[in-house]
Amino acid sequence: MLAYLIRRLFAAAVMLVVIVLVVFSIFFLFPKWAGVDVALSFVGKQADPAAVEGVRQKLGLGEPIYTQAWEFFKGIFAGRTYSGGGDVTNCPAPCFGYSFRTEQSVWPVLTDRLPVTLGLALGAAVLWLIFGLAAGVLSALKRGTLWDRTAMVVALAGVSLPIYFTGMLSLAIFVFGLKWFNGDYVPLEDSFSGWFGGMILPWITLAFLYAAMYARITRATMLEVLGEDYIRTARAKGLREQTVIGKHAMRSTMTPILTMLGMDLGALIGGAILTETTFSLPGLGQAVLNAIKTQDLPIILGVVLITSLAVLIANLVVDVMYAVIDPRVRLS
Amino acid sequence: MTAPLHEPTAEAAPSAVEEAAVGTAGAKAVQGRSLGRIAWERLKRDKLALTGGVVVLVLILIALLAPVITSLVGQDPNEYHENLIDPLFGTPTGSLGGISGDHLLGVEPVNGRDIFARILYGARISLLVGFLSAVVAVILGTVLGILAGFFGGWVDSLISRIMDGLLAFPQLLFIIALVSVMPNQMLGLTGTGVRVFVMILVIGFFGWPYIGRVVRGQTLSLREREYVEAARSLGAGRLYILFKELLPNLVAPIIVYTTMMIPTNILTEAALSFLGVGVKPPTASWGQMLSSAIDYYDSDPMYMVVPGVAIFITVLAFNLFGDGVRDALDPKGSR
Repeated sequence: MLAYLIRRLFAAAVMLVVIVLVVFSIFFLFPKWAGVDVALSFVGKQADPAAVEGVRQKLGLGEPIYTQAWEFFKGIFAGRTYSGGGDVTNCPAPCFGYSFRTEQSVWPVLTDRLPVTLGLALGAAVLWLIFGLAAGVLSALKRGTLWDRTAMVVALAGVSLPIYFTGMLSLAIFVFGLKWFNGDYVPLEDSFSGWFGGMILPWITLAFLYAAMYARITRATMLEVLGEDYIRTARAKGLREQTVIGKHAMRSTMTPILTMLGMDLGALIGGAILTETTFSLPGLGQAVLNAIKTQDLPIILGVVLITSLAVLIANLVVDVMYAVIDPRVRLS
Repeated sequence: MTAPLHEPTAEAAPSAVEEAAVGTAGAKAVQGRSLGRIAWERLKRDKLALTGGVVVLVLILIALLAPVITSLVGQDPNEYHENLIDPLFGTPTGSLGGISGDHLLGVEPVNGRDIFARILYGARISLLVGFLSAVVAVILGTVLGILAGFFGGWVDSLISRIMDGLLAFPQLLFIIALVSVMPNQMLGLTGTGVRVFVMILVIGFFGWPYIGRVVRGQTLSLREREYVEAARSLGAGRLYILFKELLPNLVAPIIVYTTMMIPTNILTEAALSFLGVGVKPPTASWGQMLSSAIDYYDSDPMYMVVPGVAIFITVLAFNLFGDGVRDALDPKGSR
């Protein structure tokens, strides 16, 4: 078990380094091919050549990608100093650099926005797990009934609706039309009820999509599992149906669901970009979208790193839970 | 089998009934049927899947004939009709977003462009990106998946690690990032052409591991089958075995995953255009229409409903059809 964990951790660390290298390449190599200078995009189009050169030196943009990536990593753990172009800026750890656009330090931007996204993703996950799993299991057990068909039609519609469309519809109906909710985001530390009220619609909208996906997968997996020999054996030896379903069938059904949950949660923590854009939530997704549009590399790097970390941690947790649920995994 | 031959066995009876029900009449009933034929006969009985398939065909026709249809109706996707706009609020005059005999789905706020024409032209972008990115993913996924499964060893390890890595990536983030840093001119394409081309490549690139994983798994189990061994012992080369023995048996899962991938890709394209990194205005696309509609969700709700419903119908039709194809090609399904 320990060896398994260590192996997974190592793979996760390698993945993190690869991701940062890839991000650096995307934002340094592609503009280079396209004939756009990153230093120029930092200073602005009308900058004089000396200023551009100063920025290039200060940010180390002339260095090779791996040197820059190394400096970036070092900054996170040990802090770094930017020198050149006349002045010296000291950036203490954890240093994610400074925004090209607002010249703010990136780290506080990330810590400000992470709770918003975290709240959105976790709240929605609770909803979609409860409703998705329940609907999927019930449909599998009552296969072919009216309930099954209705649930599956709703689920199919759910996966076919773009999330920003359902979001806009719910805004139009519940915020503008019926005035049930206030459409604005209220930070959790200001008022719990305000935060909760503002998050209900985003949660439901996001959870609807995922609940539909999970219900479909749960139903399919459950049906497959119910056809297995060991389920017949369990029934044959006289176990109660509750035990057969709840203990024997659910255990196998949960494995693919867990894998999905890990990936989905990780990806969402890195930015439920569409949901945050639709509901104007000041989360990581909104930050990264703005940063991408303005080519604000440090912010993009920061968010991508947090996202990848979230994906990796989520996958790690899933792998561990996998090993707990399914002993076969530990051996391979 | 020790059962006497003249006694009708329990297994034979229902299958004969099935054969008759399926309709392969007379002498042909005893002949073997190809997988494609079995699948088609199952698909024909699946009303929902057929409906989805018909809608998909209609949508393809609409996309192909968009210029013809719009000129028949007498509308142009980029023509302004400012006389139909309330100068005070910028929203269309008349009920339901300005729906009239001339403007079947109303007009846009502010500039009064015809929504019907823009929806038709938007279908072109959606379907083009949806299909072609799936093609990119299928080609990459099939080739790399077969190579990984067939050769094993370090080839397999390398390709599998790349697939795991890509699947663990925060995909939408990278797609957005890649699409937005791509140059505005390449390979002789400009403007919308470049954006569409880049979206096809990037969406396809992030899609191939889904197909690659399945193809690799199938190849791994297929290459140990007797018929592959038989071919090998008859002196067949690797390429022959790959293309003549393995590939035909991989067609079914590849078709299933392709039909499932197209609606996802259509949604991704719409999302990119919605976020403002996909197709740029004035070119019409459904996602971009929705993103401009977000400012009018209270004053002109029809403006968001129309492209939203267009995406919904398209994706739903593909999903229905895809589910049907999957069930029809599933060897475990009831025949």
